[in-house]
Amino acid sequence: MANSSLANAQIESARIVAANRRTDLLMASIGILVLGIATLLLTSVFVGLLASGWDRLINPDFYTHFPSRHPQQAGIISAIVGSSLVMLVTAVIAIPLGVAAGLYLEEYAPKNWLTDLIEINVSNLAGVPSIIYGLLALGLFVYAFSLGETILTAGLTLALLILPVIIVATREAVRSIPLELREAAYGLGADKWQVVRMYVLPAARPGIFTGVIVGLARAIGEAAPLITIGALTFIAFLPPLPVQATPPFVNFDWLTSPFTVMPIQLFNWVSRPQAEFHVNAAATGVVLMVMTLAMNALAIYVRLRLRRLHR
Amino acid sequence: MIKFAAIVMALAAMVSGASHARDLVKIDGSSTVFPITEAVAEEFQTAERGKTMVTVGISGTGGGFKKFCRGDTDISDASRPIKDSEQQLCAENGIEYIELPAALDALTVVVNPNNDWVDHLSVAELKKIWQPAAQGRITQWSQVRSSFPNRPLTLFGPGTDSGTYDYFVEAIVNGKSSRGDFTASEDDNVLVQGVANDVNALGFFGLAYYEENRDKLKAVPISWKGGKPVTPSVENAKDASYQPLSRPIFIYVNKQSADTKPHVARFVEFYMNKKHAAPLVKEVGYVPLPEKAYDLAAKKFKNRVTGTVFHGAEVGVGIEELMARTPQG
Repeated sequence: MANSSLANAQIESARIVAANRRTDLLMASIGILVLGIATLLLTSVFVGLLASGWDRLINPDFYTHFPSRHPQQAGIISAIVGSSLVMLVTAVIAIPLGVAAGLYLEEYAPKNWLTDLIEINVSNLAGVPSIIYGLLALGLFVYAFSLGETILTAGLTLALLILPVIIVATREAVRSIPLELREAAYGLGADKWQVVRMYVLPAARPGIFTGVIVGLARAIGEAAPLITIGALTFIAFLPPLPVQATPPFVNFDWLTSPFTVMPIQLFNWVSRPQAEFHVNAAATGVVLMVMTLAMNALAIYVRLRLRRLHR
Repeated sequence: MIKFAAIVMALAAMVSGASHARDLVKIDGSSTVFPITEAVAEEFQTAERGKTMVTVGISGTGGGFKKFCRGDTDISDASRPIKDSEQQLCAENGIEYIELPAALDALTVVVNPNNDWVDHLSVAELKKIWQPAAQGRITQWSQVRSSFPNRPLTLFGPGTDSGTYDYFVEAIVNGKSSRGDFTASEDDNVLVQGVANDVNALGFFGLAYYEENRDKLKAVPISWKGGKPVTPSVENAKDASYQPLSRPIFIYVNKQSADTKPHVARFVEFYMNKKHAAPLVKEVGYVPLPEKAYDLAAKKFKNRVTGTVFHGAEVGVGIEELMARTPQG
């Protein structure tokens, strides 16, 4: 009797284990399927662009020439340089500000209605259409501060646009650090700033970097707010270099230079009637995707390096 | 490391050598006019051997005028004449402007190539289709003309804040707006695809988009005021027989810039020189003005004749007639 009930229990548990395995298998296959669809879509877009833009992509002139009315001679040098410099300004402004704001809200701010209000607003700002930021920037940076239609204005605009994303990501990352880690540090006599700087921030880095990547990837693809503030479409000269031969060797004139960026150049070529310009647009799309991937790769590399250093 | 520093120094020397104060011509405005101004700017920079730089933006005709009337730009591209409200804004800021026609565009009404029932449309029939009262009511081809088949009518047109839309509505409906239930896109290539894939479709956009897609579209000849139907083409737009959908497109020059910046004046003279303008305009898919009109425009600029010849909305006026008018305001 006792034997048979034991056998029953064993059969029962074996049944549950088998059922759980089936569920696991099912969930895993659904996951792989979804991932496959997403990857396939991205790959097909990329391959499609690559196929239609190939002739221009393999031509070195495409990367060294300025825009032109002749589709065969038109290039994207002004857009590549413009996008890179604007992203540089955006990153330099948005990352420290966003991380600091996220840390403050999560670690230092008292939990009261004001903090809640700020929290809700920051989360909402992450969903505001980018053109609104463009209008804000036009009124504030271009007109009120008289910064003009410059690389600095564009960088500031895109920094505003991605600040909420970085703040939210930083807060999520900081919140996920186990309480025990902080308590252990406090127990050793560390003060709040030491805990944040030496334990919380390093541990939250992967999450923060993910937020930064998502933010910057959004910023590099934006055309609408930059058209609003007055980015150009035809510009056949480059901003001055940030370094110079004479002291003080660095030069910030490039910040006040007019510019264009990749998505605007792409948008202009896509809407032209001549099919040859559409080839240029496809090639520009490929370069833009490669730039985004390169940026992500850099961020992942930095993240891995930091992690290794931290150990 | 030393090598790297040397390279940086060399690069810096190169650039700082090239980047001392350059003369700049700032242009913004309509994306319809952009290809022409881009072509002229490119040629002009070559002709000036890099001494003068030209920048061209695409804020749209309205956005361009906002900047122009604040004095931010030297020249504004416009696919329609300056509006009364914009004239006021310019006047408030003391901006005087010279209005110059750059080219002609023929708005082209197109249908699917498999559409075998439309041979032409009259302006009255187009009005019946596009007027605001047609919304939700004129939905079948047979309602447009009784000999047309009983097929659904699908409509495509440019976005409502484009100069192209403004002009079409003005010319066809004689009003400020059309029906709202049509597929609108800021990108004319989307409209081309829409009409090319739907046998029941009717759409309109600039001539260049038809010319580049002749195999996918059929252009509809238009009859006006009981006249013979006229096919949209470069010739018919140039001799003003294709009406009322031929329209001039413009550049507006800030008079003060023209007077105080010699490079701006040189650029405009270059633009209005028929030897440059006519071939460049043709090359980018627009209709050049008659040669005489470029001469008249160059003269108008030389004499710095300010103001606009347009007061209120008007359509279907030939370019030579416009040039003969004395501007006011």
